[in-house]
Amino acid sequence: MDIVVPLRIQILSIIGSVFFLMLIGRLILKGKLREEYAVIWVACTVVLLVLSFWRAGLERIAALLGVFYAPSLIFLAALFGIVVFLVHLSVVATRLEHQNRLLAQEIALLRNELRESQKP
Amino acid sequence: MPAYNEEDSIRGVVTDVIQSLQRLGLRPDVVVVNDGSTDGTVSAVRALPCVLLSLPFNVGKGAATQLGFRYTFAGGCDMVVQVDADGQHPAGEIGTLLAPLLEGSADVVIGSRFLAGGGSRSTFGRRIGIRYFNALQELLLGRRFTDSTSGFRAMNRKALALCIEEYPDQYPEPEAIVMFTRRNLRVAEVAVHMNERSGGRSSIGMLGGLLYLFRSTLAMLVTALRTHT
Repeated sequence: MDIVVPLRIQILSIIGSVFFLMLIGRLILKGKLREEYAVIWVACTVVLLVLSFWRAGLERIAALLGVFYAPSLIFLAALFGIVVFLVHLSVVATRLEHQNRLLAQEIALLRNELRESQKP
Repeated sequence: MPAYNEEDSIRGVVTDVIQSLQRLGLRPDVVVVNDGSTDGTVSAVRALPCVLLSLPFNVGKGAATQLGFRYTFAGGCDMVVQVDADGQHPAGEIGTLLAPLLEGSADVVIGSRFLAGGGSRSTFGRRIGIRYFNALQELLLGRRFTDSTSGFRAMNRKALALCIEEYPDQYPEPEAIVMFTRRNLRVAEVAVHMNERSGGRSSIGMLGGLLYLFRSTLAMLVTALRTHT
């Protein structure tokens, strides 16, 4: 279990991770992504990068956790991460909905006030 | 009075309510909340002697009703009556609804079409749904309401103060009963006779009905848990 990741896929994954990191950076600079979310994506990419360089790392961690088939650890971690992130997005959407409702009510009240004040 | 696409019925309903209030010797202040209607509801209401609050888009009956509550609370009202704009609630029975409030024997009064003395023809699906809500509420609150989806209600300022703070979103009536009871407000039911809707369509369709049942069940459980003190 010494060399577990072939060189070609290692290079590919490093390139992929770096590109992803650049994409995230660009989105932040353009103001299309809030830093709050970017932190999560950057963290994910860093993990990918580390694993790309540290070839035996995945096997080591898997062995440490008692996971027999190392790649399944990746799937587990990825699925877990995605689920947590989706819950987080639902929470954000709920908050936005609530604020949206208050704003709509406020607009209706202001419209009415404006109309009243314009009446002769 | 929350209204969503009720151009056919709104004029008649507002007129009836105003007349009814005048007969009772109360100030005939009617507030219509337009919940982002896409038909002629707005222009129909503009021609009427009532206040129109117009939401910029559809936010759901709960949020629309809450807006009406916020407006009336800010205006210093002691009592508020909630009436559906589709004409199924009899304006002539507003007096019946207000009686327990005036006596001081209740904080919230619900007009029930199923309590002895009231009555209405209702669709089969709707009756099943109402039965279910009634049973669920009996389970949660230990008390049976006969018409938990009725949106023909009256409440005093104490209940109003609670509603402007928190009020359910979409189809608020059954959840609101749970909320009122859990917050130790006195909820009473009175028998009223309801009409067939005079215009528009029910906001709840067939498939939506099932979703509504599920959503409301969850919401009622949550409301019950949240206010469990």
